[in-house]
Amino acid sequence: MIIGGIDIIGLIAILMSASTPVLLAATGELVAEKSGVLNLGVEGMMIMGAVAGFAAAVATGNPVLGFLGGAIAGALMATLFAVITQIFLSNQVASGLALTLFGLGLSALIGKGYEGVRPPPTAKIDFGPLSDIPVLGRIVFSHDWMVYLSLLLVVVVWIVLRYTRVGLVLRAVGESHDAAHALGYRVVAVRFAALAFGGALAGLGGAYLSLVRVPQWTEGMTAGAGWIALAIVVFASWRPWRVLLGAYMFGGITALQLQLQAAGYAIPVHILSMAPYVITIVVLVILSAIHRHGVQAAPASLGKSFHASS
Amino acid sequence: MITLIRRPNPSRFWSYATPVAAVIATMIAGGLLFALLGKHPVEAIRVIFYEPLFGENAAYFRGQLLVKAGPLVLIACGLAVGFRAGIWNIGAEGQYIMGALASAWLALHMYPAESHWLFPAMIVLGAIGGLLWAMIPALLKVWFGTSEILVSLMLVYVAENLLAYMAFGPLKNPEGYGFPGSRNLQDYPSAHNAELIAGTGLHWGVVAALVAVIFTYILMHRHIMGFRIRVAGEAPRAARFAGVVPARLVMISLGFAGALAGLAGMFEVSGPAGQITDSFNVGYGFTAIIVAFLGRLHPVGILLAGLLMALTYIGGDMAQLTLGLPSAAIQVFQGMLLFFLLGFDVLTNFRVRLGRRAVA
Repeated sequence: MIIGGIDIIGLIAILMSASTPVLLAATGELVAEKSGVLNLGVEGMMIMGAVAGFAAAVATGNPVLGFLGGAIAGALMATLFAVITQIFLSNQVASGLALTLFGLGLSALIGKGYEGVRPPPTAKIDFGPLSDIPVLGRIVFSHDWMVYLSLLLVVVVWIVLRYTRVGLVLRAVGESHDAAHALGYRVVAVRFAALAFGGALAGLGGAYLSLVRVPQWTEGMTAGAGWIALAIVVFASWRPWRVLLGAYMFGGITALQLQLQAAGYAIPVHILSMAPYVITIVVLVILSAIHRHGVQAAPASLGKSFHASS
Repeated sequence: MITLIRRPNPSRFWSYATPVAAVIATMIAGGLLFALLGKHPVEAIRVIFYEPLFGENAAYFRGQLLVKAGPLVLIACGLAVGFRAGIWNIGAEGQYIMGALASAWLALHMYPAESHWLFPAMIVLGAIGGLLWAMIPALLKVWFGTSEILVSLMLVYVAENLLAYMAFGPLKNPEGYGFPGSRNLQDYPSAHNAELIAGTGLHWGVVAALVAVIFTYILMHRHIMGFRIRVAGEAPRAARFAGVVPARLVMISLGFAGALAGLAGMFEVSGPAGQITDSFNVGYGFTAIIVAFLGRLHPVGILLAGLLMALTYIGGDMAQLTLGLPSAAIQVFQGMLLFFLLGFDVLTNFRVRLGRRAVA
C-alpha cells in the first residue's frame, strides 16, 4: 500500500522499531516518577546505555550481553543520581541536568575507540509462516526480540503498579512520602529501587539505538530521545498504556519524517528533522491546556526531597 | 550511624566553601580519571590549570580565557536569575543560536554596505532573537502551564536544525565554492566584533559580560525585583501573598536569560566564530548551567566560575595537544564538578551528626 510515495505498511512496521528506545526509557522514567522522583537525567542514562551496550556487544560478540551491559550502565548512572538526591538531598532538577551533562561527556570519552565499528547483528525472531500473513505479518511478526520485550515491560509495569502490593507501596511513596514513612515504609530504599529500574530501562533504550536502530556508535547519538521520553511521561499523565501510545505516536512521526526524506519530497532535511521536537512541544501544550483545569495527574510528591525529620 | 539535621538557616561558611571543596574534589577525581586513561594525573592537572596561565605559551592562552569566559558569564548571569525564581530555562543553547542567527542574518543582508549603525543594530537584533526564542517556553508556561524545562530543551534541537538549514541554505556564502557556511563576518569591518586590545581576547562580548554581572547584581541584590524573584523561589506561597505575579516573573526571568544568551551568540558569531556553520554552537548554553551553580547563582561568583570553566576549556585543549588527553575528558571533568558541587551542598543546609538522632 503506497500513498504519496510512502509505503504505509512499511511505515507502521518501522514505527514499532523506531519507538522502542523512547518507549523503554519512558516506561522506566514512569516508574521513577511514580515513586516521587523527577530524574531529568534520562538523556545521560540513555547515552551511557548506548555506549556501554555497544562496547559490551562488540567485546563479547553477543548482542544479548550488549543489552545487559546497557541496562547495567543505565542503572549505575541512576544509582549515582539516587545517591546525590536521596542521601545528599540535592535539588532533583539540577542533579538530573548534571547527570545528563556527565553522561554525554563520559560516553563520548568511552566511545572514542568504537567509532566506525559495526556491532554484532541482533537477529529478528523467526515466526515461520506467521510472518507471511499479508499486512499483519509484516507489522506484527517481523521484529527483533527487544521490540516484544519492550511491549512486555509495559504490561508488567502496568500490572505491578496497579495490582500488586509492591506497586501500591511505590505509589504511596510517590504520593506522600511523609505518610509512607509514618507507615513504616522505607522511602529512600523504594526510591533507590525505582530509580535503578528506570535507569536500567533507559540504558536498554540507549543500547537499542546503538545496536539495532542505527546501528553504530556516534557521539551524542541519542539526540534528545531522553528528553522526549520525559515529555511522553507527562503526555501519558503517568499511565503505562498512554506511555505506549505516546511513544508509538512519536515513533510514527520519526519514521514518517525519515520516509519523507527518503521519498525525495522537496522539504529541506533539516526542516523535516525539526518535526519530532516541534510536535512534542505541541502535544505537551495541548495536554497541559487540558489538565490545567482538571485533576492533577502527577504524583503529589514528585520532585520534592524527602528528609525524615521534616 | 550518620544523620543529617536541617539547619535553621543555610550556613554562610559552607555556602562559600562548597564551590572550593567541589573544585578540589573534582581535581582529585579528575586526576584518577586521567590516570585511568594512562596520563600522569598531577601532570595533567598542572597542564589544565597552570600552563594556560603561567606556562610557556601563556601569552596566547590567556587571551583565549576571556574569549571563552565571555559567553559563559553572559549566559550564566541570565540563567541564575531564573534558577533563583525556580524557573528552569535549560534551553540557553537554543537562545544563543537564535541570537547569532538573527544578528548574522542582518549583517549578511546588509553586506557589503559599511555603516557605524550596523554593529549596534546587530546587538539589538541578537538580544531580540534570544529573547523571542525564550518567550516561547515563557508564554506556553504562562498560558497553559506547560513545563518550561521540556519546552526550552526541545527548542534547542529545533534551533540546531534551523542553524544547519540556514548554513546549508539561505545564509550560505554565495562565493563559498559550494561549501556550507555563511560569509565570514571577520572580513566585514562594519559587522566584525574585533579584539579591542590586540592579544588580550577582550572583545565587546566580554565588556557586555561585565556589564551583565553588574546589572544582575543590582537587579538581584539592590532592587525590589530581585527580592521578589528570590522570595518566589524560596517561598512561593509567601511571594503570592506579597503580591508577586508569577506570570510576570516567568516572563521576566526567561526573557532576561534569553536576551543575554542571544547577545552571547551575537558576539560569538561576529567575533571569534566569524560565520554561521552547522557546528557553530559548542555547548556554552549547557556549560553555563554549571557556571551558574558553581557561582552560587551570584553574579560575582558567576564571574569567577566562568573564568574557571573557561580555564578548563583552554587547559583541556592544551592537554589534548601536549598529553593527547581526549577532548571528551574535559566534558566529564565539568560534569563531575557539578555533581560534587550539588553533593557537597548538603553541608550548607544540613548539619552532619555522628550517632543516632535523639527521638524527640
